[in-house]
Amino acid sequence: MTVDTDVEGGRPETIKAVPVRHPGRWVAAAVIAVLAAMFVHFLLTSKSLEWSEQWKYLFSKPVLMGVRNTIWLTVVAMAGGVLLGIVLSLMRLSANPLLSGAAWLYLWFFRGTPLYTQLLIWGAIGSLFPTVGIGIPFGPEFHTWQTQTLINAASAAALGLTLNEAAYMAEIIRAGILSVDEGQQEASSALGMSRTQTMRRIVLPQAMRVIVPPTGNEALSTLKNTSLVVAIPYAELTRTQETISAVTYKVIPMLVMACLWYLALSSIMMVGQHYLERHYSKGVRGSNGEGSEARQWLRLRTRGGGQ
Amino acid sequence: MSGVPTGEKAAEAAGLVVKAERVHKSFGRLEVLKGIDLEVKPGEVMCVVGPSGSGKSTFLRCMNHLEKINAGRLWVNGHLVGYRQSGGKLYELRDREVAAQRRDIGMVFQRFNLFPHKTALENVMGAPVWVKKLPKDQVKQQALTLLERVGLAEKAQSYPSQLSGGQQQRVAIARALAMEPALMLFDEPTSALDPELVGEVLEVMKQLALDGMTMVVVTHEMGFAREVGDSLVFMDGGVVVEEGTPRDVLTNPQHPRTQDFLSKVL
Repeated sequence: MTVDTDVEGGRPETIKAVPVRHPGRWVAAAVIAVLAAMFVHFLLTSKSLEWSEQWKYLFSKPVLMGVRNTIWLTVVAMAGGVLLGIVLSLMRLSANPLLSGAAWLYLWFFRGTPLYTQLLIWGAIGSLFPTVGIGIPFGPEFHTWQTQTLINAASAAALGLTLNEAAYMAEIIRAGILSVDEGQQEASSALGMSRTQTMRRIVLPQAMRVIVPPTGNEALSTLKNTSLVVAIPYAELTRTQETISAVTYKVIPMLVMACLWYLALSSIMMVGQHYLERHYSKGVRGSNGEGSEARQWLRLRTRGGGQ
Repeated sequence: MSGVPTGEKAAEAAGLVVKAERVHKSFGRLEVLKGIDLEVKPGEVMCVVGPSGSGKSTFLRCMNHLEKINAGRLWVNGHLVGYRQSGGKLYELRDREVAAQRRDIGMVFQRFNLFPHKTALENVMGAPVWVKKLPKDQVKQQALTLLERVGLAEKAQSYPSQLSGGQQQRVAIARALAMEPALMLFDEPTSALDPELVGEVLEVMKQLALDGMTMVVVTHEMGFAREVGDSLVFMDGGVVVEEGTPRDVLTNPQHPRTQDFLSKVL
């Protein structure tokens, strides 16, 4: 078979056409430029922002303490939320109706009530359960503690955020597990792998690809939701800026300063999410699991070989 | 043990790899297997053919307890599949015990079911490392040998998505062989492949048969059945309609249903 080429006749002249004009883009650019200029002007000249006041407190000791508390609350709530979420999602998927029912009830409560209200309850946990004890249910107790001394503001904040987060993570993880092809479990079973091994080695790593993006969302939500522990109250970033502005009466500068901190923290988390997603996209076609250039090159090389 | 049925004794005596006695299987009210009697001897390659919905894949899946049988008895490698019999009573095996039985049975699926997040080498190494707890170095050597055997040594570091269907299926065969099974089950291993890729998979299976592996192959490849198979089973409507050497059944089918089926596929 011969392929018709233009070798003899020479290649026809490259097309030079008048491109389509986009006047709408110019209008949009002009509008955005004006708005941006107005915003920069506002940032530079507004008296209410008081940048010097913000700068004075941005790295002050109480603010840094607040930031530290915000960070550890986020980390603990997410870590605990993921772990408890895995347990809850496995319970939900269990064939045992008692386990799946119990998990459903948990989700029903924690997703059905506002986090702020839950945190208010944690703040008043001492009135709800005055004492905590070990003993026989409905029978004698061997040891009893005062709830007030057992759960301080910090642990109440962490518990409140974690238990709430676990409910949301459970659903995300369940969706991830269900997204993995059933053939994967069959192949694992046929190789003699146990359920636990199949879950850990085969299903969860693949589910992660579906789990990570919404979990990144949850991590950002949790970072911001830490501000709700003022309900307990516990001194994280938002509560700290409130305390400062209560004394200095500089409300707006302190709020903007808090926003800057939240933006810095969430930006770092977004970078982390990017790398996490890349890690768990290993082996997926079109992913950049091993660096996109390498993958592109490989695809060019194996062109026609892969389906 | 008292009350051991004659079947198990017979299976042990004859040294059979698979013995099925009146095996029934229903999905809800739909009965898919209606009394299957079969025997597979060591080193035998049995090909199972039949129209879709005849129950051949279901029967294959019963052999490693991916499906639970409802009636009859099924022995593989001398063990009752999925149950323990004691004092005339059947006891369901625990998950752990079922998993132990499956270790000696390799299975190859129509849709490969390779682990997409693992390289070809990792797919083959997985089960021996995780299940048998063998040292990684030793398993890696064995896995590379197996990949070489299926002609994919140079693809060891590739992910399944970078392999063609035929290559994926060959990795899947190597993965099953890594557990050193006494029996290999093939569930329509070439049905999901492009026509030009079928040959390479059948070639690997043929080599395996020549090496003396006991195989049960559900297939539509009559050429393979004729060339490699020691026995051919024609199933239809949940029963074994006809059974014999591939040559006899393919060239001189006795039953009208076999004749009808073969006239359509040959």
